[in-house]
Amino acid sequence: MTVPPDSAKAWSVAEFFAQALAIEIEASERYELLADQMDVHNNREIAAIFRKMAAIEAHHRDVIEKRAGKARVDGKPAKFSWIGPSGPEAIDFEDVHYLMTPHQALQLARINEERAARYFEEIAATAQDPDVRAFAREMADDERRHVVWVNEWIAKFGAEERPAEDPDPPIYQE
Amino acid sequence: MNMSATIERSFKPADYKSSVKPVWCPGCGDHSVLLSFQRAMAELALAPENVAVVSGIGCSSRIPAYTNCYGFHGVHGRSLTVAAGLKVARPDLTVVVASGDGDGFSIGGNHFLHACRRNIDLTYIVMDNRIYGMTKGQPSPTTEPDWDTAIAPGGTGLSPFHPLVVALASGANFIARSFSGDLGGTARMIVEAIRHPGFSFLQILSPCVTFRPDQQKGWKDIVRNAVVPETDDPGRAARRLMTDDGFNTGVLYRGKRPPYQPAPLASMDPSQLETEFDI
Repeated sequence: MTVPPDSAKAWSVAEFFAQALAIEIEASERYELLADQMDVHNNREIAAIFRKMAAIEAHHRDVIEKRAGKARVDGKPAKFSWIGPSGPEAIDFEDVHYLMTPHQALQLARINEERAARYFEEIAATAQDPDVRAFAREMADDERRHVVWVNEWIAKFGAEERPAEDPDPPIYQE
Repeated sequence: MNMSATIERSFKPADYKSSVKPVWCPGCGDHSVLLSFQRAMAELALAPENVAVVSGIGCSSRIPAYTNCYGFHGVHGRSLTVAAGLKVARPDLTVVVASGDGDGFSIGGNHFLHACRRNIDLTYIVMDNRIYGMTKGQPSPTTEPDWDTAIAPGGTGLSPFHPLVVALASGANFIARSFSGDLGGTARMIVEAIRHPGFSFLQILSPCVTFRPDQQKGWKDIVRNAVVPETDDPGRAARRLMTDDGFNTGVLYRGKRPPYQPAPLASMDPSQLETEFDI
């Protein structure tokens, strides 16, 4: 489970935005890498979903950059966010499979958005600086909106489909 | 104005990413190791042109192609020999060696012992999935004796190789273990391993999603940070390994042996080298 560090309670607005940007950058880059993996394995439908999620996260990154304005640490985003095993909004590499279905891919996306929302809600509830609490609340609301989008997207695919049959299953070679 | 002042360069993980897309199976732990490596390089702020990644054969050994550093994809089990030669000839380079449990502990097992003993300043990363994945699922030196499959009915019954025990007994100067699912932890271990002088050995538990899908969920639940602090006492490290089940992560041992680095030979004109190959 990825949660804010204890030090988050004392974050300044600049430190908060640095972390928020790092989270969005990591999310966007992770979706791009997963899309590349799916392209290599010719699962183009899932590659397209991950690519779109990457674009959504990149857009969110840009929105946060604007929102942050000059409130940045040294004018730069955080070098790197080591908050948990992965960022709050990044799918673990181990959770994907080359035969995964759109439902499975989008369920992972939804888990990401929910986790990110909880992460920012935690900061909104515990930060000492009222401005950080307010910005964290905005971020949490953004992530909750993303949950709604992903749910609508899942609904467009109709009933859950079974994973495709593997035309070339792994066979242990003697 | 001081014209000789050096310019400090900063790097992002993406600066170490090549344009080649990994062909590893989606879900393979090696994807995480690659990203951890890129993060570690950025943390160390090593210029890609000052890093060489040397590998042998196997899924994990494809890693040099996916980085923007110098790379050498060598022959099966011989990555350490190539890397040793490179480091001795070019001590200015940071040399990272990548391998898997088959390439590193079976085909290259003997080189592993002597690389530990020689203590050249190399960082040896072994992505251990306890199987030969590239050749379709044969048991490797670290496979559990009771792993039951069509290829080894009832399991091999063979006692598995314990890489950390062998590394310690053979003289490695830094010994650690991490789990690919812990990206940040693995990146930190790579940083520590590179920073420590001498031969650094890092075993990374990296599940094979295709031929060992049982590992994927199981390891995530079992792996834990070691509760015992690191030590520079090989005796204490050895006692700790007596009760190690293979899933404790972190630095086990940080030795103080000075690295082996012979004095460079007198420089030679390349044309003179050609005479060495005259028949």
